Amino acid sequence: MSDPLFEFLCRMGDNTLVLGHRVSEWCGVAPVLEEDIALANTALDLIGQTTLWLNLAGEVEGAGRDADALAFRRDVREFRNLLLVEQPNGDFGRTIMRQFLFDAWHRACLSALCESTHDGIAAIAEKSLKEVTYHLERASDTVIGLGDGTDESHARMQTALDRLWPFVGEMFTGDDVDKAMTSAGIAPDPASLRPAFDEKVTDVLTNATLTPPESDFAHRGGKTGKRHSEHLGHLLTQMQWLQRAYPDATW
Amino acid sequence: MQNEWPLWEVFIRGQHGLSHRHVGSLHAADAEGAIKNARDVYTRRNEGVSIWVVEARQIAASSPGDKGPFYEPANDKVYRHPGFFDIPDDAGAM
Repeated sequence: MSDPLFEFLCRMGDNTLVLGHRVSEWCGVAPVLEEDIALANTALDLIGQTTLWLNLAGEVEGAGRDADALAFRRDVREFRNLLLVEQPNGDFGRTIMRQFLFDAWHRACLSALCESTHDGIAAIAEKSLKEVTYHLERASDTVIGLGDGTDESHARMQTALDRLWPFVGEMFTGDDVDKAMTSAGIAPDPASLRPAFDEKVTDVLTNATLTPPESDFAHRGGKTGKRHSEHLGHLLTQMQWLQRAYPDATW
Repeated sequence: MQNEWPLWEVFIRGQHGLSHRHVGSLHAADAEGAIKNARDVYTRRNEGVSIWVVEARQIAASSPGDKGPFYEPANDKVYRHPGFFDIPDDAGAM
């Protein structure tokens, strides 16, 4: 295992990078202009957070890599993002449900990271938390609006929830990296974030008249990098094509 | 069209002490959604500290066709402007 702090920072940065890229795929094609701009704002917030996380990761690694090098020069097996964020956008409802589930975890995680013993991490968390609080509020309202909406929007949101629920468990599954972070007071035990997540998600889903699946089966392998879904590689071919085709291009 | 969200007019206050100014309009399902959309559409570059939204159909407006009777009578009444007084120098800028 490489330096656990480097691993942890890549996990944080890769989550926001991959989700930011996914959300940016809506730019210009969202159902209404207002949502198009709001999604682009969310994507930009996430990419901004990525820059902070991955630059810090590069500093910690000490091998001369910055955020750009980490984002554009790693291959799929070196990515450490959750499986949830690499899932394809699907319809608008599935994109919003993915955003909501991630935001609910992200907000709980960043709230805890504000108390980190690592000053750089606490500072990034504090800055990001303001943005993510808004993301969660917006996503929650939209989940409720669509879930408790028409027959069609309700059905689509329930389908999205059923499809994405198996990716929830990974967010709360710890490993040796997490143990190292927790014992150093750098980051919370992932399992400890579950009550705040459950409280928020139950509240919103109840208002949205949606029901989470009973099974808690969870796909794993994203944050450890052992087994990404097939979708991440395709995403990287889009996100990294310029560096792959024209390495070190400048203009 | 019944499937369209209603139209909302958006007013933003730039900084404390200034009044809200009309900046544009957008569609949203309800008032809270309109404020969130206004936040995303009109305050991305730190333009505002306060947002008002009002449903466009709630705004009563004067008619462009009434321009003559409404505004022209003011044109030839220069005495309504306080422009006929000598302002003493030590009064400073008015």
